[in-house]
Amino acid sequence: MSAVAPHRRLRKTGWYIASAAIVVAFLFPVYWIFAVSLKTPREIFKFPPAWYPATPQFNNFLVLFRDGDVWSIWNSFVLASTSTVVAMILGIMCAYSIVRFKTGGENLAIWIISQRLLPPIAIVFPIFLIYSKLGLTDTYQGLILLYTAFALPYVIWLMRGYIQEVPMALEESALVDGASRWQILWFVVIPVTRNGIFATAVFAFIFSWNEFLFALVLTRTEVITFPVQVSQYFGAQSTFWAKISAMSVLGTLPIFFAVAAFQRYLVRGITLGAVKG
Amino acid sequence: MSGSASGRADDTRLFKYGLIAPATFVMVLVAVFPLIYLIVVSFQRISLSDDITSFSGLVNYARIFSDARLWDAVLHTLLITVIALPIELVLGMLLGYHFLPDRPFKRLLVALLIIPSVISPMVAGSMWRLMFDDRYGPINQIISWFAGERISILWTINIAWAYPAIIITDVWQWTPFMFIILMAALANVDQELLDAAAIDGASGWRTFLEVTLPAIRPVMMIALLIRGLDLIRLFDSVWQLTRGGPGSATETISIYAYIRGFQEFDTSYIAAVVVVLAILFSVGLVVVLKRMAIAR
Repeated sequence: MSAVAPHRRLRKTGWYIASAAIVVAFLFPVYWIFAVSLKTPREIFKFPPAWYPATPQFNNFLVLFRDGDVWSIWNSFVLASTSTVVAMILGIMCAYSIVRFKTGGENLAIWIISQRLLPPIAIVFPIFLIYSKLGLTDTYQGLILLYTAFALPYVIWLMRGYIQEVPMALEESALVDGASRWQILWFVVIPVTRNGIFATAVFAFIFSWNEFLFALVLTRTEVITFPVQVSQYFGAQSTFWAKISAMSVLGTLPIFFAVAAFQRYLVRGITLGAVKG
Repeated sequence: MSGSASGRADDTRLFKYGLIAPATFVMVLVAVFPLIYLIVVSFQRISLSDDITSFSGLVNYARIFSDARLWDAVLHTLLITVIALPIELVLGMLLGYHFLPDRPFKRLLVALLIIPSVISPMVAGSMWRLMFDDRYGPINQIISWFAGERISILWTINIAWAYPAIIITDVWQWTPFMFIILMAALANVDQELLDAAAIDGASGWRTFLEVTLPAIRPVMMIALLIRGLDLIRLFDSVWQLTRGGPGSATETISIYAYIRGFQEFDTSYIAAVVVVLAILFSVGLVVVLKRMAIAR
C-alpha cells in the first residue's frame, strides 16, 4: 500500500507536466502575437527575436485608433450581432416547427443541413454579380443578409436538439391552461432552452465574426471587417507587423471572453450538436 | 362544433408553416437563387474585356479540361487534405486519451487547449506568418538552437517549405477540434466492455481496435466529415500565409477561383469551373455519406 502511493503521485505529477507542456506548445503562437503587439517597433525587428517585450507598451493599439483601423472591429461587431439576432429569431421559430409539428419531415431537415455543406466559393461569384447590380456591395444590409443565411442552418440544427429535450408534458399542460401556440413558444419553450439559446447565439456570432471570403469580396471601404483589415497589412512591399499583431489581438479578445463564458457548451456547439458533451 | 375543430387545424397549419417560412425564404434567397444564376453566368461570356450576356454555348466548359493551373489547384487541395486530416485525427486521439482521466484543473486545461479552434482562421494565418518569418520569427530561432548553427528557412516563400507551413498551421488550429470531439466520444465508451476486455487479457491495442474504435466510429466519422469539408474549401489561412504563391504553387481550389475570378475577372469561365467542381463535390459527398451510413 505504502509502496503504491508514491508511484501514483509520480504518475499524477507526470500527467500535469505533460498537460502543461501540451498547453504551452499550443498556446505559444497566441502568446507570440500578444507579445509582438506589446513590443516597440524597434523590438519587433530585433534579431535574434526578443522572447518577451522588455517594456510593454500600448502604442501599437493607439495607432489603430489614430488611423481609424478600429472601425473594422466596429463593423464586424454590427454585422455579427445583427445577423446573430435575426438568425436566432428565425432559427428558433423554424426549429420549433420542425420539432413539434414535424414540418417538412426529414427532407426539410436534410436540406437545411446540406446548406452548410455547400462550399462558399460556389456562391460567392453569383452573389457578387447580383449585389453589384443591386448596389448591395459594401453595405451593412448586404452582409447581414448573407451572414444571417449562413448562420441559419447552424442555429436551426442546434436549436432542434435543445427543443427536442423540452418535455412534451410542459407544453401540453400550458395548452390545457388555454395558452396559444405563440404563448407556449414564448413563455414555455424559450425560457426552458435559455442556456442553449445563449450558447448557440455565441457560436453563430463567432462564425460571422471570423468570416473572411465574403467580406473580402463584398467590402471596399465602408463596412470593411476586421479579418479583411488584417489581411491588408501584408503588402507586396512591406508587412505591418505592429498593426497585424495589435489588430489580431483586438479581434481575438471578444472570442476569448465568449469561450470562457460558454465553456460548458463548447463541445456541443462546435460539433453541430453531434456530441452532447 | 366541427367548424371550430377544423378552424383549429387551419390555425395549426398556418402556425407551423408560418414559423418555417421566413428562415426558408432567407436560405433560398442566398443559396438556391445564386446557384441558378451561377449556372446562367457559366453559359455567358462575362470577363474583364467582354460583357456578353447572350448564350455562348459550352465555350467555357471546353476550356476547363486544358486548364493545368486549375487541376494543379485541385491536387494541392487534395494533397493538403490527405496529409493534414490523418495527422489531426491521430494527434486528436492521443490528446483525447491523455485528457480522459478526471483530474483537478482538467476543465481549465481543456478550455485553454480549444482556443486555436475558435479564433479566426485569418488570425491563425497571421500568427503563423509571424512565427515562420525567416528572420524575426521564433520558429527558425528554435530550429537554430537545436541545430547548433544559424538556420534560415524561407517558410512561406520556398515551395518545399510552404506546404509544411500550411499543414502545420492547419494542424495547430484544428487538432484541438478533433481532440475535444474524440475525448467526448472516448468518455462515452461503455466502461463495462473495457473492463471485460481487460479481464479477458486483451492487449491495449486489441481493446482499442475491437471495443473502443467501433464505439466511437460514428462520432469520429462526423468529425472527419466536418474537417474534410473545411479542408476542401481551405482559403483564409493559406491566403494569409502564401497568397497561393510562390507563383501558383500553393493555390487551393478556393484561392485559384478567387484570384481568377476577382483579380483577373474571367468571371464566366470561373462560373463554369465552379459548376463542374460543385457537381464533382456533390457526387463525392454522396458517396462518402452513403459509405458512412453503411459503416454505421
